[in-house]
Amino acid sequence: MTTEPATASSPRLWEFIDRHAGRFMVLPATLVLLAFSIFPLIISAYLALSRFALAPGGYKITFVGFYNFARLLFGSQQYHLLGTFKAMGPGQWLVIVLTIALVLYWLYRFARDHFTVLGFIGRVISASALCGLIVVVVKTAGTGGVPGTLVTTFFYVIVGVAIQFAIGLGLALLCAQPIRFRNWFRVVFFIPLIVTPVGIAYMFRMLADMQKGPFAPVSRLFGLGEWAWSTDPWTARLMVILGDTWQWTPFIFIVMLAAIENQPRDQIEAARIDGASSWHVFRDITWPSVAPVAATVVLIRLIEAFKIIDLPNVLTAGGPGLATESMTLTAFISWRTQDLGSSAAVGYLLLFAATLTCVSFFSYVVKRARRFQA
Amino acid sequence: MTTPRISLYRRLFEPAAIDQQALLPRIATYAVLIFWTLVVLFPLYWVLITSFKGELDVSSGPFYLPFIDFHPNLDAWRFMLIDNNTLGPYLNSVVVAVASTLFAVLIGSLAAYALVRIRFKVTLASIGCFLALLAVVVVAVALGTPWPVAAAVAVVLFILFLGTLGRRFKLAIGNNDIEFWMISNRIMPPIVTVLPIYIMFQNMRLLDTQLALIVTYTAVNLPIVVWLTRDFFAGIPIDLEESAEIDGASKFRVFFTIALPLVRSGLVATLLLVLILAWNEYLLALFLSNANAQTMPVLVSAQNTTRGPQWWYMSVLIVIMIAPVVLIAALLQKHIARGLLSGAVKG
Repeated sequence: MTTEPATASSPRLWEFIDRHAGRFMVLPATLVLLAFSIFPLIISAYLALSRFALAPGGYKITFVGFYNFARLLFGSQQYHLLGTFKAMGPGQWLVIVLTIALVLYWLYRFARDHFTVLGFIGRVISASALCGLIVVVVKTAGTGGVPGTLVTTFFYVIVGVAIQFAIGLGLALLCAQPIRFRNWFRVVFFIPLIVTPVGIAYMFRMLADMQKGPFAPVSRLFGLGEWAWSTDPWTARLMVILGDTWQWTPFIFIVMLAAIENQPRDQIEAARIDGASSWHVFRDITWPSVAPVAATVVLIRLIEAFKIIDLPNVLTAGGPGLATESMTLTAFISWRTQDLGSSAAVGYLLLFAATLTCVSFFSYVVKRARRFQA
Repeated sequence: MTTPRISLYRRLFEPAAIDQQALLPRIATYAVLIFWTLVVLFPLYWVLITSFKGELDVSSGPFYLPFIDFHPNLDAWRFMLIDNNTLGPYLNSVVVAVASTLFAVLIGSLAAYALVRIRFKVTLASIGCFLALLAVVVVAVALGTPWPVAAAVAVVLFILFLGTLGRRFKLAIGNNDIEFWMISNRIMPPIVTVLPIYIMFQNMRLLDTQLALIVTYTAVNLPIVVWLTRDFFAGIPIDLEESAEIDGASKFRVFFTIALPLVRSGLVATLLLVLILAWNEYLLALFLSNANAQTMPVLVSAQNTTRGPQWWYMSVLIVIMIAPVVLIAALLQKHIARGLLSGAVKG
């Protein structure tokens, strides 16, 4: 045999690659995700369980168990993550008892109607997380105490997404009617979605300037010329939500508009001829047909909402005090002060909170909405 | 008279014909839509005119109309573009966004295509073995073993396992599970993974380079690409690809010459979406870049302390930062919207 090994092995190599083409196609993506998602996740878990300290010629990592988590949840950093608690009055107790009663009733109904072991365990986990959250919210925000970053993050996520969904759906319903300039409205309403969030934060700081901003004459008219929104915790938080809403309403709008345009037209016309009012058409035809899309779009929005950092960091720098700090921002600040352990611990708590919320929302709302359609 | 009595409500709010609106609701509709148009456009307008203002125009109270209540000038633009080093971060942003988008779309669509067209079986045992070895390596490195040694030993052990014991286990996951795993990475808040990535790049001396940002952005946007493109590939007929394969074309060739061109429009949508996400990314750049590889969002947010109230300079930066994406959005809205839709409607 005189064939050179190089020319003989080259086709064989190509044959090998082609035979396993599928694996070679998936391999790069898998490697990238393993290296930049799974591997960091494991390291992060280790960091969260240890203390990081700068030492001469590098750094030193000491394993400390659940110390970081204990400090955040029960110890010296509790005021930061959960907030400052105050004693509860009868009103606050009532809210908590009512929540627990409702949650128990929901569990009881599930156990009575279609009991499955896994489903029940999942619901118990969601229910206890919900109760814990309500207790923290009531004990901090409800009693005049100071809410921590966990409460603030959930405030952004839940209130923000609710407002965005309401406005987005409303605009989509209006735009789905036979009106002029539809495409113009569609393009304009889409724009905020892709504007850089950091830019949005500065834009809103400029607009909200009470002395020199464009609305200064209006605020002077109401005698608010000297008042600053950035010194009050709740107006500062609302400002962050305002910026977030400006950016994310278009997302809901675009998707819901497409869903509404896909609804069964003939049914609507038949209903109209039978004299159904617009409200009835919406409730009985439009809503059932768009509910699965609505649930999915809210789920996507929930996933992204938990990651918020740009707006609070630039708009208010987390202030006044801790009022507008989101959990990601807390973790970033801990990292900047070389406290990697508690930074990773906050990150992990955020991961738990986000995953629990999104999985709960998926199994109790999205799945039901899809069944609703079928 | 025999005309039926129509209530005032019906006369005002119910349309005369089915496809037409009554007058009052129509006015209300337009009023709301025009109001929201103003809500959307006014902040952008305000930034744009502020960038042409001087210090005096800003500090002596709000002025709304250029040429009428203030004289626009280009001082801020000249200062930010020529005297101040804005070009460097801008170039970084362009390079990082474009390169990471191309990588993410290439790698992601390859994986999505394979997951749509080829059946996979990954045994649970091999995944468990992999994770166990990974954990052992992490602990070993933390205890002081040099990482190349640990990694090499682990790879050898893993291959040994696959060749011997691994064949005995039958419990496996399929394509849907792999896909779900890839997509579910998006749920993870980036703050959880960025700390180890930071340490990793620090050890490799790659911190504050464009490469670090490109690789990280690619990884972060990969799940979206897989999620969106898998549906485009599933939507094209398989016949063409099959006949090409019978003619002897390799799978890679089929992918690049037949499958990719067929999903062109969907690919453009994905590309634009990922490009915008990479352009706007803030958190990762904040951690991984410092002076050399700084991107625009980081530059802009860093102005916070140095020129907080100097709105005219800030506005220039914001305008040049958001102009490209706003233009893309306005011109190619249909394409991007399709990308969003295919994701959300399918779920």
